[in-house]
Amino acid sequence: MAEIKNYTLNFGPQHPAAHGVLRLVMELDGEVVEKADPHIGLLHRGTEKLFEYKTYQQNVPYFDRFDYVSMMANEHAYALAVEKLLGITPPERAQYIRVMYAELTRILNHCLWLGAVALDIGAMTVFLYCFREREDIFDFYEEVSGARMHAAYFRPGGVTKDLPDGLLDKIRAFTERFPGYVDEYETLLTENRIWKQRNVDISIVDEQAALDWGFTGPMIRGSNIEWDLRKTQPYDVYDKLDFEIPVGVTGDCYDRYLVRVEEMRQANRIIEQCVEWLEHHPGPVKVDDYKLTNPPRAEMKADMEALIHHFKFFSEGYHVPEGEVYAAVEHPKGEFGVYLISDGSNKPYRMKVRAPGFAHIEALDYMTRGHMVADVVAILGTQDIVFGEVDR
Amino acid sequence: MVQDDLGKKNDTMRDGEALKQQFGEQILQVTQGLDCETVIVAREAIVEVCHFLKSARGFEQLMDLCGVDMSEHPAHRDDEPRFFVVYHLLSVSQNKRIRLKVGADERDLVDSVTEVWPTANWFEREAFDMFGIIFNHHPDLRRLLTDYGFEGHPLRKDFPLTGRVEMFFDDAQWRCVYRPNKLENRVLIEKAWPGVDRG
Repeated sequence: MAEIKNYTLNFGPQHPAAHGVLRLVMELDGEVVEKADPHIGLLHRGTEKLFEYKTYQQNVPYFDRFDYVSMMANEHAYALAVEKLLGITPPERAQYIRVMYAELTRILNHCLWLGAVALDIGAMTVFLYCFREREDIFDFYEEVSGARMHAAYFRPGGVTKDLPDGLLDKIRAFTERFPGYVDEYETLLTENRIWKQRNVDISIVDEQAALDWGFTGPMIRGSNIEWDLRKTQPYDVYDKLDFEIPVGVTGDCYDRYLVRVEEMRQANRIIEQCVEWLEHHPGPVKVDDYKLTNPPRAEMKADMEALIHHFKFFSEGYHVPEGEVYAAVEHPKGEFGVYLISDGSNKPYRMKVRAPGFAHIEALDYMTRGHMVADVVAILGTQDIVFGEVDR
Repeated sequence: MVQDDLGKKNDTMRDGEALKQQFGEQILQVTQGLDCETVIVAREAIVEVCHFLKSARGFEQLMDLCGVDMSEHPAHRDDEPRFFVVYHLLSVSQNKRIRLKVGADERDLVDSVTEVWPTANWFEREAFDMFGIIFNHHPDLRRLLTDYGFEGHPLRKDFPLTGRVEMFFDDAQWRCVYRPNKLENRVLIEKAWPGVDRG
């Protein structure tokens, strides 16, 4: 009789379903995955090393490039960390703008996720619909920062500029349209037989496993744990806003899909409330301290001191008091944390970025064991992996 | 009754205090940081401390584990260990965080906490890769982020920003080869402390 042996399969690093550059070495028994060993680091750019050689202001744009599908959420964590060490609080208007953009970013991220996962599983149309909405949000990004993706808009001390005239009307119009769009996605997927066959009961993660493997965000909420930093450890103005936290019941891929779809609807609610507030409350959008933010151009033309501040701000930068701090935000993918150690100079001594995707992809081996090869794609999709943040 | 009292006491007691009571001299320092309590733990005790925090104090999750090279920090003294391993724990049930720090030198072994939280596996691999901190009893201590066959530990302060080698495609051998790089680190803005005159 022929001897039956396990088969080793190399998946990636160049594979459309790998969502970037993942090399996965799988041990298969027939079509069943016995072991999956992800090899990451193909997108490692040494950002944490670069941080130590750049001033605090120069470090902002690096954050866009971590999770490059939810740019502003990354900047948010950095801004909060530096603000905590400096002991400053940005003006309320800046906080509302940040929350509004953080939630737009959540929709941006979940739209890409939904489109890409549906495409992996074989549904083409959802991808096209999702990218239509992403285009709207990119326009909003462009209006405030001039860049469609890598905005560098949230800065320690507030945001770069106030919103341009007429933008709030456009965002309001978007929030009115958007629930209808989510209905469109749901019509295509939620009761779709193929979608359910590919997702229901695939990769069930129970509560204990979700805790042990360091899951956060939609991954932990899919496993029936109500944990959301926006509610439990609110930052900026989340405690003044009304929204709900969806949780899953069984902890399978389908539950995580439902959680994310509901999060899009809740994000839309938050944006509506922010637009409402912002329309009636004009005011400053960054702290009133020219040691920490750049002075307005008009003032620079007339005032010598403002000119000096401008020069010092963009050359030497500002000094952050010695100390260490960990600040985390509820990023669309989970808990995105920044651990910052300052030695009192104008450059960080050490900055570690805690990426949610890093812990999730580590659990890929646990989640795929005993599943078919085709499910690996669905599981990789449900984790919402982006290699910019995993490899850093 | 006794148990009830103990339970109540636990709830009001700070985690740093509870650790001091349980482990005595192995807890080297407890400070209240800007965001959460920071506890410096003796290297030998780290696994026991983690077990205690997970089972008795409700810290179900290890959020982050990273290395820090203290060798160029102004507050660093020569008799102190070169590296810190920093653990950020999170309690989902009680909504609190704590930061643990363990000192280690190049040749010291830090016990792995993979037996407490399986997620520590990759975080420790990363710390090993980036700093060369060696974790004892780790199931699979391979490099994680750097290239296959990479030499050195890039986040150490004595590792140059530009790296030591660069990769080329060699026509004669028809494959990629490494060779020493000739890049120089361009410093546009000097590191500066407030009030220090740089001339």
